[in-house]
Amino acid sequence: MAALVEMKQITKVYPNGVVANKGVDFSVEQGEIHALVGENGAGKSTLMKILYGLEAPTHGEIWLRGRRVEIPNPHRAIELGIGMVHQNFMLVPSFTIAENIVLGSEPRKGRFIDRAQAIAVTEELSKTYGLQVDPTARIEATPVGMRQRVEILKTLYRGADLLILDEPTAVLTPQETDELFMAIRTLVNQGKTVIFITHKLVEVKEISDRVTVMRHGEVTGRVATRDVTEADIARMMVGRAVFLQIDKPPVLRGRVVAEVRNLGYVAETGRPVLRNISFSVHAGEILGVAGVEGNGQTELVEVMTGLRPATTGEILVDGKPVQRQSPRRIRLSGVAHIPEDRLTNGVALDATIAENLVVDRYNRPPFTQRGVLFPQVIRKHAETLMQQFDIRAAGPDALMRSLSGGNMQKVIVAREFSAEPVLLIAAQPTRGVDIGATEFVHTQLVAKRNEGKAVLLVSADLAEVMSLADRIAVMYKGEIVAILDNGPELTEEEIGLYMLGVRRQEIVTKAA
Amino acid sequence: MSLEVVLQSIFSAAFIATVIRVATPLILPAMGGLLSDLGGVINIALEGIMLAAAFTGVIVSGFAPQWFPGAPAWSYPWLGALAGVLVGMAMGWLIAFFHLELKTDIILTGLAMNILASGATVFLMFSFTGDKGSTSTLASARLPSLQIPFVNNVPVLGTLLNGENGTGYNIMSYLAFVLVVVIWIFLYRTPAGVHLRATGEMPDAAQSVGIDIRRVRYQALVASGFCAALGGLYLSMGYLSIFQANMTAGRGFIALAVIFLGNRHPIGALIAALIFGTASALGTRLGTMAIPPQIVEMIPPAVTIAALIIYNIRRRARINAAARRFQEQATS
Repeated sequence: MAALVEMKQITKVYPNGVVANKGVDFSVEQGEIHALVGENGAGKSTLMKILYGLEAPTHGEIWLRGRRVEIPNPHRAIELGIGMVHQNFMLVPSFTIAENIVLGSEPRKGRFIDRAQAIAVTEELSKTYGLQVDPTARIEATPVGMRQRVEILKTLYRGADLLILDEPTAVLTPQETDELFMAIRTLVNQGKTVIFITHKLVEVKEISDRVTVMRHGEVTGRVATRDVTEADIARMMVGRAVFLQIDKPPVLRGRVVAEVRNLGYVAETGRPVLRNISFSVHAGEILGVAGVEGNGQTELVEVMTGLRPATTGEILVDGKPVQRQSPRRIRLSGVAHIPEDRLTNGVALDATIAENLVVDRYNRPPFTQRGVLFPQVIRKHAETLMQQFDIRAAGPDALMRSLSGGNMQKVIVAREFSAEPVLLIAAQPTRGVDIGATEFVHTQLVAKRNEGKAVLLVSADLAEVMSLADRIAVMYKGEIVAILDNGPELTEEEIGLYMLGVRRQEIVTKAA
Repeated sequence: MSLEVVLQSIFSAAFIATVIRVATPLILPAMGGLLSDLGGVINIALEGIMLAAAFTGVIVSGFAPQWFPGAPAWSYPWLGALAGVLVGMAMGWLIAFFHLELKTDIILTGLAMNILASGATVFLMFSFTGDKGSTSTLASARLPSLQIPFVNNVPVLGTLLNGENGTGYNIMSYLAFVLVVVIWIFLYRTPAGVHLRATGEMPDAAQSVGIDIRRVRYQALVASGFCAALGGLYLSMGYLSIFQANMTAGRGFIALAVIFLGNRHPIGALIAALIFGTASALGTRLGTMAIPPQIVEMIPPAVTIAALIIYNIRRRARINAAARRFQEQATS
């Protein structure tokens, strides 16, 4: 087969001196599904941005269908038949699906947009490629899976032959992922070529024909998928053997540490986001919360940690009610929180590591005495934690902003774990974190559980929840629709049915 | 004047005519502000642009006989209007340049424009006419009114369609209503309008499909300067025929409130502007009674505040109702 795209000796040096790609050779054949894998910061996004015209390479050439091409902007990429589906959807929420698909190249009738034609085109594309959408529905009212299909249709409407999908399964349920994979196969059967960026190795094995692995801006592997195992790929990504499975001793469930009763929350907009939520977390267990993102998980965590006020219901920590208290009071009751949005709620980017490590305790001895801070104590504290939690940085005085995502997360983990909580709430604790740091966070969470702490783990990554949690609560449309005991007989598909709202447990409240 | 007379004068065709006259200098800048706001570049300099355009129109039309000796007399108001519109568009462009090229904060840039316009118009007025208060010594032109023929003999209809004097509304009032419809169609039916809305709501999405969001925003700000300038020109060359220092008296800011009360939709903004127009007209009528003028002048801003409060109370009520429904659900 002929190479559709060849990127030769691509080097990208950013103005700040970061080298994102070092002499990368990358080629994709006509009609294949090509997985591009690597840890965060490995340079795979940069490489794809260069191919899509969002970044200019410092050196190197791009060849398309045997001809050398320049791609200075996405507009040119689209003309050349390259389409990209970004990880964050590029859709206008208040527009309809048809409007989003034709945006920027609308069918016209004189000076006006031909709306009927836009809907007709959408329906036709939808039928041709088996990507089910409702052309007149507004994006803000459609589920994530459909939004993704809209993104794919958008690129097809623009005549893309080569589709770049940037971590497309990150926000999908297992069923939606299966549907996506089916759609991708249909696309390939119709002569399209797909580049699939991911770090989920299961998916690489399932969907791709070939894999290119990147690490530190260089290609470390270029293989046919059927010739390698997941462990082989992981080794190429990280540069050493990785433990994909976590060892967990059997659960020793203790007393009830946290109890949530009939919790409800109505958002500013008047929309009920959490309904009648009841569950408890015991000492020595990890309660996982699974669900498609946007089904109330974020709000549940924020209500429990005092970032949003509960509208109804109670939250008890060690038997004492904490609902509608300030985050500080809640923390003093023994709750620690690894927030989902680490850049906003987790760290102060322009403060130092040492300062970030004491934000929850700076006002207490030994850091403060009689209203005066003791910087040397704060510094010493930081040095200890940095060593203990393997935080790699220039020193305690380094600014948070200068750290990688993984090290930033380790700072948060260090702070929250060292607060000696009775209840640890971890929201998306490994999002955007590389395999090495993920392994670390997972080990630490299990260690806390083994020490007899209660852990509430909220994650959109179902594999993560299944590998760590002892029990799994599934959220759908602001409710807990099931609380399941995790074990070998529990399958992703079964949880997926609850996540999609197809199935629900009766009397969930009693099960809690 | 007794209350009865006041009430009679309110429920009359003449009162509606007043409302339209008073609402015109709100509708025009509101349409401009709407375009820039939907494009994601809020223009708080509507006030300053109105002021600058109002001043330019008066000066250019007043000095037209000297500056353009060959031009016929009928062209003087149009020369003034053209100059005013160009000044408004230039100010819109300048805000775009500062914000988009030099990355200044758009609110501060707008604020600076307002202060600049307020000071510069007084300074230049003194330079041109030797007066710091108004241009009453200058014989400046007025933009024409359009009279609808044959209806003046019909009692109510005549006043409604042609105003109390039967001379017709100023051309700018007609333009204001036409502009509302044109902008409505533009925003929801034309590619450029849809691109503008996409740019404001989700710039990344617009950019990713090849829409030049920088260009869209330049155009939005220049267009908002154009519309605001029309509002200013109406004040000094239609509503009155002189320029007075700071004669816009906060209308540019009320226009901003109008946009939000109108739910960022042209028809909504039109309705909101008419509500404010009614409040102002009411103030004028009450001014003829023995009520201190200070209180009368407070009516339009008071209505603004009241409208915002009502808007928020209703929003809260919606939230509380949802919360109550929910509580019932939770306890049942």
